[in-house]
Amino acid sequence: MSRRASGLKAWFLQRATAVYLGLFGVYLALYFMLATPAGHAELVAWVASPWVALGLLLFIPILLAHAWVGIRDVLMDYMKPIALRATAMTLVGFVFLAAGLWAAQAVIAARAFQ
Amino acid sequence: MTTSRPVFLELWHIRLPIPAVVSILHRISGVLMVLSIPVFAWLFAQALASPAGFAASAAFLTHPLVQLGLLVMAWALLHHLIAGIRYLVIDLGIGVDRPTARSTAWTALTAALALTVVVAGGMLL
Repeated sequence: MSRRASGLKAWFLQRATAVYLGLFGVYLALYFMLATPAGHAELVAWVASPWVALGLLLFIPILLAHAWVGIRDVLMDYMKPIALRATAMTLVGFVFLAAGLWAAQAVIAARAFQ
Repeated sequence: MTTSRPVFLELWHIRLPIPAVVSILHRISGVLMVLSIPVFAWLFAQALASPAGFAASAAFLTHPLVQLGLLVMAWALLHHLIAGIRYLVIDLGIGVDRPTARSTAWTALTAALALTVVVAGGMLL
């Protein structure tokens, strides 16, 4: 990723992903704050509805790409020993991949369950 | 590199300009949200898995200490969002001059805090 998402590309990726995250992220925050699902069935029905499922499945990789570029910038600025930085980046990569796949399988399972 | 320029690193005496404060808080809020990613992914998947899982996630999220954490996350989201919109506008070449940049930085900082207070009020109701 260091080459492909470096410099101008990373700069642009960060701004393009920010627009989607700003829109869908605010929708998610508002949904959970103002229309909090009362039970499991209500949450599954919401997640399984086509537009929400699509929005969530897009949200996961877009959020992780944005978070990856951001945390990479922070680590490059403050974590100077290269071995330490590489270890931290690997750890972040694994955690992001695990979290993303876990959330995505939950969305897909909710679709199948519905 | 050896230079004879004066170096002043007394952190408590350096007065950062307000856009720098907003910038550092943009980073801190981003890091906070990055750290919360696995937690939210887990809570989300657990709540979807079964009615018992939903109850477990709901019980965790309504714990008073967790509610405090959620309020911090609400601030992080709001600050990151509002400061982020400010950066997008600045990237378009709007509001780059120093007085405007200072005043929009103040606006971003206080708007995020004010909306966090609104969220806190909503959580107490």
